[in-house]
Amino acid sequence: MLWDWNYAVDILPKLLRGLLVTVEATLLGSALAMVLGLVFDLVRRSGVPVLSLLMRAFIEFVRSTPLLVQLFFLFFVLPDFGITLGAFTTGVIGLGVHYGTYTAEVYRAGIDAIPRGQWEACTALNLPRSRVWIGVVLPQAIPRVLPALGNYVISMFKETPLLLGISVIELVGAARDAGSDTFRLVEPLTMAGLLFLLVSYPSSVLLRKVERRVGYAT
Amino acid sequence: MFDNVSFFVTTLLQGLLPTVIATVGGIVLATLLSFGAGLALLSSSRLVRGLSRTYVEFFRGTSELVQLFWIFFVLPVLVGFQLVPLFAGIVVLGLNHGAYGAEIVRGAVQSVPRAQYEGCVALNLTPAQRMRRVILPQAVVEMLPPFNNLFIQLLKNSALLSFISVADISYLGTERLNVAFGDQSLLIYSLMLVFYLVLSLLITLLMRTLERIGSARLGRGPSPMSQVPTTVDGGAR
Repeated sequence: MLWDWNYAVDILPKLLRGLLVTVEATLLGSALAMVLGLVFDLVRRSGVPVLSLLMRAFIEFVRSTPLLVQLFFLFFVLPDFGITLGAFTTGVIGLGVHYGTYTAEVYRAGIDAIPRGQWEACTALNLPRSRVWIGVVLPQAIPRVLPALGNYVISMFKETPLLLGISVIELVGAARDAGSDTFRLVEPLTMAGLLFLLVSYPSSVLLRKVERRVGYAT
Repeated sequence: MFDNVSFFVTTLLQGLLPTVIATVGGIVLATLLSFGAGLALLSSSRLVRGLSRTYVEFFRGTSELVQLFWIFFVLPVLVGFQLVPLFAGIVVLGLNHGAYGAEIVRGAVQSVPRAQYEGCVALNLTPAQRMRRVILPQAVVEMLPPFNNLFIQLLKNSALLSFISVADISYLGTERLNVAFGDQSLLIYSLMLVFYLVLSLLITLLMRTLERIGSARLGRGPSPMSQVPTTVDGGAR
């Protein structure tokens, strides 16, 4: 017998609890990534000689190396410097920083797409720099990049299982734990896969609709 | 603190080979699947389109780690034999990234101007000739920058294989070095990150070269895409 329905029903609550952790990590990580991405991009285009160069190097470095190794880095190295965070918090920070370097590119494209005339008008009106950004540039750029940011939320959702590496029990971890109690992995892992599909497929369909409405294809 | 550097580097170098094998194997499989599924997405047969759409959405919709565990732990129960970890890893990396690559191929083929198709029809080329001689040579050049991102993504995700104990860079660094030299985590993990950075720079270098060759064959200058490394799509999916 390959599939045991009673067992599947038994472990469902455990998996749903795991899913909740996954969703929490995704939402917190995304919020962090969206803020950090903007900060990264603003620092990069700040024009401060050394700082923007360092920022660019940092972004390239983080984008080119595996999230898993970065998570290990945060998890094992930060305590050496006296910063002790829980596994979940470390995971959220890791996700946030890693995806922040992706969203920095999104913001860059969005801000670069603001027509020159807008900047010139700001200069003509003698607006202070803060008003230029807060009142003119960002309100136009951010709505247009929202679908692209949404795509990253969905891909982050699918990468949160990496937190398993630093002992956060999310969906896949819950499935593996359920399986290791009973030596049956068919049901938990299959259900974990289906749960992922159940959340991410509708979200990406929805996002494609939003994308079409905003008229901004990635 | 730097006494052990050479030992660390030698140990990590042992993990280089599995990482490279997994990455190269994954890239080859992903490329084949990308073209197969990507062209199937454009097929006129509804069945072929449907099958390929299912493959793409299924692998893009689930987490790669679940796919890896599924192939490694569940498949043996269903079919009765277990894959070697490294091989299972290559299969998953290939299947997963092939699904993303299929969309790249589809997009690039669709971006070839309509007039090129019409020209082929006017010249009475067969559909196979049309694809091979006219459409693909132009589409492939468009595909190279997004494929570069995809391959780097694949390299990074090869670190997942440490979960099924493939002795790659991540596995050796964590299970062998960090366990024994816990007080030198900073050095160990920095070295690991540098290893991956160098590998991904190599991929980029190779892809840029291919791009130059491809554009030169079409009689174009370097594509504007190569100057702007990434647009909105970034390095992720």
